[in-house]
Amino acid sequence: MKGWKDIPIGGVIDKPATAREYKTGEWRIQRPIINREKCTNCMQCWLYCPDMAIGGRLDGKKMKLGEVNLDYCKGCGVCAAVCPVNAIEMKPESEFI
Amino acid sequence: MPVKLTVTGAAAVAHAMRQINPDVVAAYPITPQTPIVEYYAGFVSDGIVDTVLIPVESEHSAMSAVVGSAASGARTMTATAANGLALMLEIVYIAASYRLPIIMPVVNRALSGPINIHCDHSDAMMARDSGWIQFFTENHQEAYDFTIMATKLAEKENVLLPVMVNLDGFITSHGVESFEMLDDGVVREFVGSWNPKYSLLDTKNPVTFGPLDLFDYYFEHHRQQEEAMTNAYKELPRVFEEFEKISGRKYDFLDLYKVDDADYIMVVMNSTASTAKYVVDQLREEGHKVGLVKPQVFTPFPKKEFQQVLNGRKGVVVLDRAMSFGKEAPLYSLVKSSLYEVASRPSLGSYVYGLGGRDTTPEMIREAFEDVLQGNLIADEQRYLGLRE
Repeated sequence: MKGWKDIPIGGVIDKPATAREYKTGEWRIQRPIINREKCTNCMQCWLYCPDMAIGGRLDGKKMKLGEVNLDYCKGCGVCAAVCPVNAIEMKPESEFI
Repeated sequence: MPVKLTVTGAAAVAHAMRQINPDVVAAYPITPQTPIVEYYAGFVSDGIVDTVLIPVESEHSAMSAVVGSAASGARTMTATAANGLALMLEIVYIAASYRLPIIMPVVNRALSGPINIHCDHSDAMMARDSGWIQFFTENHQEAYDFTIMATKLAEKENVLLPVMVNLDGFITSHGVESFEMLDDGVVREFVGSWNPKYSLLDTKNPVTFGPLDLFDYYFEHHRQQEEAMTNAYKELPRVFEEFEKISGRKYDFLDLYKVDDADYIMVVMNSTASTAKYVVDQLREEGHKVGLVKPQVFTPFPKKEFQQVLNGRKGVVVLDRAMSFGKEAPLYSLVKSSLYEVASRPSLGSYVYGLGGRDTTPEMIREAFEDVLQGNLIADEQRYLGLRE
């Protein structure tokens, strides 16, 4: 994090499209761990994720589960809760330090 | 050649604005400020200035409009008083935090309630922690001069803070008096052109004003505002010096009247200083060593200057035209705290006067002086001038 002498005054953002640099997942206390063997690519987790933290990718004409973007995942656990095959487990962040 | 104009204080301020010719002025009427924006609307409709005048539906909108305008890079002004300032206040803080050099004459008036439209300083004191630079002016000449100097100071790259130029409601704003108006060209050259670092209209260098600024950077931005105030304090002597070159009028943080050998000093702001100077003259004739200190710059508070001038005096009385309920009166508390570290502290007295336009007579001023002359001061006692018991 920058100090007060190194940031533009008045909170001005002096270049466009910097929202991607704003990582909103830093205060997460749990993270989703996906068991790819159980996953059926039903994409319910992708659909319900409130922050687009769960990625999807097109494999031909079919959607497949991508990576979890932990910069934005708040650890809310909605993905794990909606998964019909229990392929997602929420694990404490402390396990990853 | 400068000309003498004999007009109201509101017209004097409007003439300063006319000579500065800001890009945008937001106008909303409120007594006793209304004649300023009225005169200015006249200049706009007569084509004397090329300002875009925005008539808005409230002071909240006026301040919002000037924030948007200043963020777009336009030189921007508005004016208000009392409850108008209160309605603006939410955006007043934002203007300072976004570092927008807006200039706003504030025609000091009592805040309700009960309803009162006359002069006191409760409106300015309400906004004293908003991050605006605050000047206080005694008469037409000072209101005119400080409006011009405010523009110069606010736009300095290491300052970039909005400025309130305070003048007393009705007494200064509506009273007719002579003042010396500089040539249009001289003022135009003094304030120069305004080249903002950031502009919402600069599509080649797009910027965002007013992002979410939570616990991660808000604190740092407020530290920057404090630094800008420190810079304003450092830049002010230069502004005073440059202004003296074009006007011959010498200003400083504090206006000192007969203080050199004074044992007893009164501190009072704005138009009441004129009455107090009259009383100082009378007391001097009677052989009393009295003097007067009138702060012209209230924010950034000239603490060091107060220490220098008040250290070693026998007694100091501070007159406030506002109350700070349950606490010491605002000017008094600042003067008192600045004296904490001086080698020889004077005895101190706090006097509240003139609330809601209550007339302040030489006799009342004399009453405060007599207390200090007789050594009858209690630092923790707030006294009242002209209050019926």
